[in-house]
Amino acid sequence: MNMHALQVFLAMGGYAAYVWPAYALFFIVLIADTLDPVLRRRRVLRELRTRLARQSARQGRSSGVTPTPTTSP
Amino acid sequence: MSNWIPLWVHKLGSPPTFYRFAGIVMPWMMALALLSGALGLYGGLVLAPADYQQGDAYRIIFIHVPCAWMSMFIYAVMGVSSVIALVWRIKLAEVVAMESAPIGAAFTFITLVTGSLWGKPMWGTWWTWDARLTSELVLLFLYLGVIGLYHAFEDRRQGARAAAFLAIIGIINVPIVHFSVDWWNTLHQGSTVKLFGPSKIAWAMLWPLLTMTLATKFYYIASLFRRVRTDLLALEGGKDWVREIARGEDDR
Repeated sequence: MNMHALQVFLAMGGYAAYVWPAYALFFIVLIADTLDPVLRRRRVLRELRTRLARQSARQGRSSGVTPTPTTSP
Repeated sequence: MSNWIPLWVHKLGSPPTFYRFAGIVMPWMMALALLSGALGLYGGLVLAPADYQQGDAYRIIFIHVPCAWMSMFIYAVMGVSSVIALVWRIKLAEVVAMESAPIGAAFTFITLVTGSLWGKPMWGTWWTWDARLTSELVLLFLYLGVIGLYHAFEDRRQGARAAAFLAIIGIINVPIVHFSVDWWNTLHQGSTVKLFGPSKIAWAMLWPLLTMTLATKFYYIASLFRRVRTDLLALEGGKDWVREIARGEDDR
């Protein structure tokens, strides 16, 4: 595609100000929709690991084993 | 439960099995969505000719119409799984219903804004209180209502049941959106693509539109599975299979 054809394509027959924002919104919203569960998954697993670590530390104490020193919240 | 339902359906309904199944299917659906999306956009933006009345502004159709179809399709999925969730109390059906809502809201939002961007140059206005536009806006509010109600409860499953009830009541709006252009005199144009009978659109414009429709369907499955997997981890946090996953991803 040469420069002129590209310019014609981007101009969208004078409707560039309507067509391209529509397409941009389409992608932005769907990318946000994709990222949301990815970030939520990380948070859920992180919280779960913290809970598990606390649990095993408590079990370690009650069974008389010296627990590894952790920074308690 | 009844014997006529094959065993694999029961198995697929169990959270760990579905989690694994969705994990395998999801990347393939995302790949198909990207592939068909790229093809559809190339066909729609580059290959298809300009419209003789609307010039190049009509090219918004390739995202506007597929998203509008998805906004109704996802609501139907949400409604059906809400019924299943309320009648049979299947956890997976609750999750599918509740995780469909944000995706449906996203597609409805895209439909409204792209429609507005199309309406300005063609009708001379961003918005009008016309039957099609108003019922689509009500659809967005229904989605937001379901999401809000779901999160308003301390107990997730209780919230899901309340929101599922709202989703079922809201189903009435889906045929209203669909038939609004036939029932009322609207500024919004009638259907150009018909399931039965000839469509009022040239093939060079139709095939990219249908390809984009396919792309949004694949995308929905991928996004839904990704969301359901996350939700299952959150809901089943106390179970062994989730703990194993949490420990397995410790290195990151």
